[in-house]
Amino acid sequence: MPVEWIIAGFLVLGGLFGLIASFGLLRLSDPMQRLHAPTKAGTVGLWSILIASALYGALVEGRPVGHEVLIVLLLLVTAPITAIFLAKVHMHQRMREGDLPPSGTGRSWATFARGPHPGDRAGP
Amino acid sequence: MNPVTFGLAFAFGCFGIALLMNLWRLFRSDSLGDRILALDTMVINAIALLALYGIAAETTVYFEAALLFALTGFVSSVAYARFLLRGNIVE
Repeated sequence: MPVEWIIAGFLVLGGLFGLIASFGLLRLSDPMQRLHAPTKAGTVGLWSILIASALYGALVEGRPVGHEVLIVLLLLVTAPITAIFLAKVHMHQRMREGDLPPSGTGRSWATFARGPHPGDRAGP
Repeated sequence: MNPVTFGLAFAFGCFGIALLMNLWRLFRSDSLGDRILALDTMVINAIALLALYGIAAETTVYFEAALLFALTGFVSSVAYARFLLRGNIVE
């Protein structure tokens, strides 16, 4: 019986974190602040739900829990990449080169670096 | 009342309200980056709803759908962000 209370605790925790993540996405004022809520709190909320699902599958149903581990690992890898791409989109659209502190490497920030045009082909 | 049943009902309600908030953010937004972020959060909430339904129905079928959602959501978010950054997706 205590196992079911632990599972219920994880479910409630995950629901609250998911709600807080979406509320933060709705209410925070700055786009860079808005990146924080879904990429951190949302991930924790989904992890709590998947931990509850793994506990329920292993201890109540008695099945292997490989799927939950796969989804958790996939989220661990993909959430920061999505966040950094969206931060770069915001920098690209809303900021100028002078708005940022110096990068400390002698070059500019990679988002503002001028590369060759994508349609151009190098060579003879 | 079984505590798992209560927890499932609570989490279903929370993620349903979260999806509605994401829709509101998607419609009332002033930049494309915010819209991509709202869509990405909607994908995460949909994965959570699928996992919850998998617990409620006591089946593992929905985890395949959750994995597919996670993969396509990640690829579409990154592809859209890359399109906004570079003007094309595959160089």
